[in-house]
Amino acid sequence: MLTAVISGFIFALLIPIILGRLKSISTLWVALLPLTLFIYFLSKIPELLAGNPIKPSYQWVPSLGINLDFYLDGLSLLFVLLISGVGTLVFVYTSAYLKGHHYLDRFYAYLSLFMASMLGLVLSDNIYTLFLFWELTSISSFFLIGFNNDKKDSRKSALTALAITGFGGLFLLAAMVGLGQITDAYQISAMAPMADAIKDHSLYGWVLFFLFIAAFTKSAQFPFHFWLPGAMKAPTPVSTYLHSATMVKAGVYLLARFTPVLGSHEWWNGTLIIVGALTMVYAAIHALFRIDLKGILAYSTISALGILVFLIGLGSPDALLAASIFILVHALYKATLFLVTGIIDHETGTRDVTQLGGLNKVMLPVGIAAMLAALSNAGIPPSFGFVGKDLIYEATLGMGNLAWLLTCLAILTNVALLVAGFVAGIKPFLGKLPEKFKNVHLPAPSMYVPPLILASLGILFGLFPGVLEGGLIKPAVSSLTGTTPDFHLQLWHGFNLIFLLSLITIGSGTLLYFFLKPSESLLKKVSTFDRLSPQSLIMGISRGFALAGKGWTGFFQNGYLRYYLITILGFLSLLLAYRLFIGVDLLINTDVMTEVTFYEAVVLLVMAVAILFTVFSKSRLAAVASLGVVGYSFCLIFLFYSAPDLAMTQFSIDTLTVILFVLVLYNLPKYLKLSDTRVRIRDGLLSLIFGALISILALEVMSESLSKETSEYYAENAYILGKGKNVVNVILVDFRGFDTMVEITVLAIAAIGVFGLLKLHLRSTEKE
Amino acid sequence: MELLLVIIIGLLYAAGIYMMLRRSLVKLIIGLILLGNGANLLIFLLGKIVKGKPPIIGPNEKMLGEIYADPVPQALILTAIVISFGLQAFAIILIKRAYKVVKTDDLDEMYATDEDL
Repeated sequence: MLTAVISGFIFALLIPIILGRLKSISTLWVALLPLTLFIYFLSKIPELLAGNPIKPSYQWVPSLGINLDFYLDGLSLLFVLLISGVGTLVFVYTSAYLKGHHYLDRFYAYLSLFMASMLGLVLSDNIYTLFLFWELTSISSFFLIGFNNDKKDSRKSALTALAITGFGGLFLLAAMVGLGQITDAYQISAMAPMADAIKDHSLYGWVLFFLFIAAFTKSAQFPFHFWLPGAMKAPTPVSTYLHSATMVKAGVYLLARFTPVLGSHEWWNGTLIIVGALTMVYAAIHALFRIDLKGILAYSTISALGILVFLIGLGSPDALLAASIFILVHALYKATLFLVTGIIDHETGTRDVTQLGGLNKVMLPVGIAAMLAALSNAGIPPSFGFVGKDLIYEATLGMGNLAWLLTCLAILTNVALLVAGFVAGIKPFLGKLPEKFKNVHLPAPSMYVPPLILASLGILFGLFPGVLEGGLIKPAVSSLTGTTPDFHLQLWHGFNLIFLLSLITIGSGTLLYFFLKPSESLLKKVSTFDRLSPQSLIMGISRGFALAGKGWTGFFQNGYLRYYLITILGFLSLLLAYRLFIGVDLLINTDVMTEVTFYEAVVLLVMAVAILFTVFSKSRLAAVASLGVVGYSFCLIFLFYSAPDLAMTQFSIDTLTVILFVLVLYNLPKYLKLSDTRVRIRDGLLSLIFGALISILALEVMSESLSKETSEYYAENAYILGKGKNVVNVILVDFRGFDTMVEITVLAIAAIGVFGLLKLHLRSTEKE
Repeated sequence: MELLLVIIIGLLYAAGIYMMLRRSLVKLIIGLILLGNGANLLIFLLGKIVKGKPPIIGPNEKMLGEIYADPVPQALILTAIVISFGLQAFAIILIKRAYKVVKTDDLDEMYATDEDL
């Protein structure tokens, strides 16, 4: 099974190389990979039915609990078959749709990268690899949406999709970490038996919240739905594969997968029902007003995802059965409609439904596929959609008090979806063929055969639902509910309430289809409400963030050195002052201090005066000279307090500095008084406060006792190891000899810099 | 004595920062030098000051006696003095050069790169 998952990744790496070599031949053979996978997973069914759980496990980072634990149960099987099955058809379709495209090799690479990630996602039992594959699907989706990277719209949509799904991915990680904390387990299959303990845990609410955000962003639930219509900028095979049949169902998969672990709690059911219902109604109504075929399909996909979330939220065995069926129903008809849209776009160059019509006359097989899909979408017998719709109504009717409300919402959604399906699947093919499309011709078989296959399956499964029941649906439902389900799928239930509801749906939907003509003016009217949509809100928030960030940066990173200094010092002063204020008693022990002699006091006084003079002097020369006085006073202090080396160094360095200053002084500008008195007082206050804080800090440190270990070591070993009697010198040239060497290097670099600056002649400036 | 030194340190810091907050480049350098001196004195003071006992081993001894000035801060300060000289020398020449090119030492007027001149 590892091979099955990994093969897609390896294939993604190899394919650009292979296709680079084989430019001329058809790329149909690429579809062999998903086809092989499809057959491989089909062959696993008998093993699964025999009751053997298929759980291969490969060690990866066992110390962190990250292992490639795979788990193939009914639910995973349903998804892997969808992924590899639809994948096969999409690969075939692409070979004609993007025939001769410059980046076809890249496209296949991204597509197989996506397929492998998606397989990994639905097969993962380990919570961390689940997250890993989840993020991989977001990333490959980003590349695929932005495939037409020369278009600004594509890039923007790709970024929006990545931002939203990536944002959700982080929440998934949080949810998984939370679950790991609660259960101390890393395998989802090991968590199901602990379901009750998890629900009683205090972290349960958080885990649920994080998991929901992750699922809702990925599956485009309200209010995160708006990335999906944008994602329709991708080439049609991508919309078909990622944004209707597989990737957007990852969120649904996640919810379904965790139903046995986290489900059957009022928070779980309540949230999912509300969000799902809101999404399905909101998106279905939106779908009615679109005129772009892909836009219609995008909104109806969002609505269908809403239905799935809603059904999982209902949580009854009936609802979970309906969800499993509807996943399949929706994948079959929606993928068909997308592929058909791709053909229409490819052949006629437009996706505007108001302009399309009568295409049956020129591309009948495509029209048949589209109309079969529209029937299944509408739930008209004998399609598979009819079976699905029946089950949905059965599920909502079984909900006790709320039954009627929920059923009404479901009917409303289904009516709108039916109209949307008719507009997308029937309207372009019936009626009068516009003059300009007279020369449109049927595309290559590799383009129209895949939608035909999918659409016929949608009818075939409706006629013979028993085909699926044992092998696919029962295992899926049993992995959702944890019990062996007892049901029998059939097309015809006899005349009962549910059949009546179906009739109402079909009838009112068809009526609405004839009365509501999608048009540009209608779309414009509806668009005026866009200001209130979550998309505008979120965009507004992100603009606000950008503005706030700009303001913040502009305020603090203003380019003025002194304001940086003021910010840093002001903050530091506040912090220090606060710390000193809350709990430091100043202890000044005058007994241990050395006495002040007269000549020392004089030196210090001279120094203080020199410092003040340096600051307040109006003449540069005087300031530099008094700076020299400060330096020489330093020498004396060093001399008094047993630091002859320091005194010597300070003396020579200070002399040099003063000489240097004086040498260049006449090339330097005159002192100017640039700031006004208020600024001076502000700066003076800040400086005095900071100086005072440093003094207090120094006193504070002095009252602590000091560890002398290092200096004792040097004192003892200077002569014995370093053969020198001046300990400071021995430290510098022997114990820390390398430091000194680096220091000399620094000086040398500074000297080169000085030399360079003095000798540098810039031609442009010399002309001035 | 320590108390007086502490006051001098505070004064050096205050003066250094005040000068660094000026708009003139020359004052900025002077402020930097004052601040550096203050830091040196702070390190010196915190290593405990001792009168008349330099860390030099006597002619007939093999190690230092009981009370002596701490050699470690002294080594640190020595390094600091020398390095700050490198910095000062470079900065002084840089100012001279900058003044020659842009004809101002007001930091607020130095907002363009030399390509814009």
